[in-house]
Amino acid sequence: MLEIKNLHVEVADRKILQGFNLKVGPGQVHAIMGPNGSGKSTLAYMLAGKPGYRITDGSVTFDGEDILELAPDERAAKGIFLAFQYPMEIPGVASMVFLRTALNAVRKRRGEPELSTPDFLRLVREKAKDLGIDQEMLKRAVNVGFSGGEKKRNEILQMSLLEPKLCVLDETDSGLDIDALKVVADGVNRLRSPSRSMIVITHYQRLLDYIVPDFVHVMAKGRIVRCGGPDLARELEERGYAAIEAEAA
Amino acid sequence: MNADIRPIRTAAEQALATAYEDTKSRLPGGPEIARLRDRAFSAFADSGLPTRRVEEWKYTDLRTLLREAAPLAGPPDAGAIARAKETVSLPVPNLRQITLVNGSFVPELSDLGDLEKKLTILPLARALAEKHPLAGMIGKLRPETHNATLALNTAFLNDGVLIEVGEGAVLERPIYLRHVFAGGTVAAAFARSLVVLGRAAAATLVESFEGPAEVAYQRNAVTELHVADRANLSFVRLQAEGESALHISSLLTEIAGGAELSFAALTLGAAVSRQNVSLHLAGEHTQINLAGATLLRGRQHADNTLVLDHAVPNCTSRVTFRSVLDDTSRGVVQGRIVVRPDAQKTDARMSLGSLLLAEGAEADQKPELEIFADDVQCAHGATSGALDEQLLFYLLARGIPRKQAEALLIQAFFGAALEQVRHEGLREALIDRAGKWLELRERAS
Repeated sequence: MLEIKNLHVEVADRKILQGFNLKVGPGQVHAIMGPNGSGKSTLAYMLAGKPGYRITDGSVTFDGEDILELAPDERAAKGIFLAFQYPMEIPGVASMVFLRTALNAVRKRRGEPELSTPDFLRLVREKAKDLGIDQEMLKRAVNVGFSGGEKKRNEILQMSLLEPKLCVLDETDSGLDIDALKVVADGVNRLRSPSRSMIVITHYQRLLDYIVPDFVHVMAKGRIVRCGGPDLARELEERGYAAIEAEAA
Repeated sequence: MNADIRPIRTAAEQALATAYEDTKSRLPGGPEIARLRDRAFSAFADSGLPTRRVEEWKYTDLRTLLREAAPLAGPPDAGAIARAKETVSLPVPNLRQITLVNGSFVPELSDLGDLEKKLTILPLARALAEKHPLAGMIGKLRPETHNATLALNTAFLNDGVLIEVGEGAVLERPIYLRHVFAGGTVAAAFARSLVVLGRAAAATLVESFEGPAEVAYQRNAVTELHVADRANLSFVRLQAEGESALHISSLLTEIAGGAELSFAALTLGAAVSRQNVSLHLAGEHTQINLAGATLLRGRQHADNTLVLDHAVPNCTSRVTFRSVLDDTSRGVVQGRIVVRPDAQKTDARMSLGSLLLAEGAEADQKPELEIFADDVQCAHGATSGALDEQLLFYLLARGIPRKQAEALLIQAFFGAALEQVRHEGLREALIDRAGKWLELRERAS
């Protein structure tokens, strides 16, 4: 589904990803762990198509198609979804307007009809309820006045509405207390399916107790230095990144 | 007479002088009104058209912009009235529509049936001819500094409308004053209106300006507004003139104690426009809310110049103006708040913002505070910048196409001003008009 080969990415003339390789098959959940500055967030933003990320070498294909030339909205329409580490607050744009615009834009490009207002409202209510999102929250502007946990839940709500093929979760656990973490993890787990893949980026093993990955990769200095199963996450938790990095070097 | 002071007159100034000499004897009203006109024209002749050397006109050099003064429009003929009838008005139910075509009151396009109790609506020309007491209030409100365009309007004082809402009257139906230019050739349309709200009266007033795109007509409209004690007025203005037009308007206001005024303006039209809004807070505990949204494209130039004069204690004012500037348009907002020595406990805040959508667009924002009292809360701020790329990326990452994402952010930007319109139907109508502007932009690319 997703194949990243020998990828080199620079941001503001700094080399961040240096020979990054990853292959994600349908239905697989890959965890990417690593210390600060190892390039995890760069990987997430690069996949979503954020401007300012210069690809100097390598390739990224999604369903066999080169996506590096595609604009962020085109990638989203193809089914790539990034749950932001720091979701943006957009004053003046009502949450429901935002959700509806996004959903209909994506449906339109997939050749599906736009949802009627009652159908849309029903869908949002149902998904929001699953995530413990208060209806009152959705009456506000996008993420404005939301707590850290509410913002992350809102990301998962968007993800469940847009039904992407590839979900990239960038430190979705950061800023969450244990209860919120469970709610968010449940939301993510509900979205697991044989046709949907996920890349879960995190510092800590804790999230992976709830979202159990098929593969765990450890990143350091812009590339993957070790791969394994869920046990690798626990090993990291016990021994720390430094030991793993030292072994890999 | 003024040859010593300003020996060189522009062609426009000469044409205006000739027009005044030719017309003044035919204008309605008694000797008092004639004297008012003479004084006004003489003041105009002294100053001439304002240039950028006049601080208030720094960004809008009218002497350069008004190269030729168009001939006076005169009363509309049947053709003009028929064309005016075809124009589309604001799609808001239950508005009481009053129509001025080329500056003249047109009874057949005005809804004067079933007037509410204590509501008076009169054509100005008739009121002047009949010496109606309301007509005697014309010209009573004057800004502290000479305003040449206001003087010109007074000099050519002829027609318009007088509206009085008597003491305690609460109008359910908004009054919609439409200024339509419907001439096929270039002409100057002058109109003067007077709105008087009695004590504890309440009303909603809408004023719109519109005309054909291809005619470079010139508009000079003045509205004088008297708001008595505890009255409540919601005032909405739509400037949607044709794209070749020159629009100059002045709103002069005096607001008495305990009154509430909420004013919102949407500026979309004209090649060049200048909107003066002058508010004199004359009684304590008045509350003013001024909101404005300006959306410009092409080479449009729009200047909104506001003066808020806090003359007495304990008043509150809020100003929120947002300009969205595309292509090589230029948006000027000058906002001056004066707090006089007596005006203790004044609470005044002004926020001006411009969104530049193109490299060639220009925003000139000048917030000014002149505070002569010591126990006040005043704040002002002005921002200008392009669309936030981080926010855009967030919207794009959700599959929203770029133009649509931009439209959402632009809408949010001017929404800060237009959301303040209290009347739901009018608020939606204005947001809808602004939305059409965005649709055109989306389609153009």
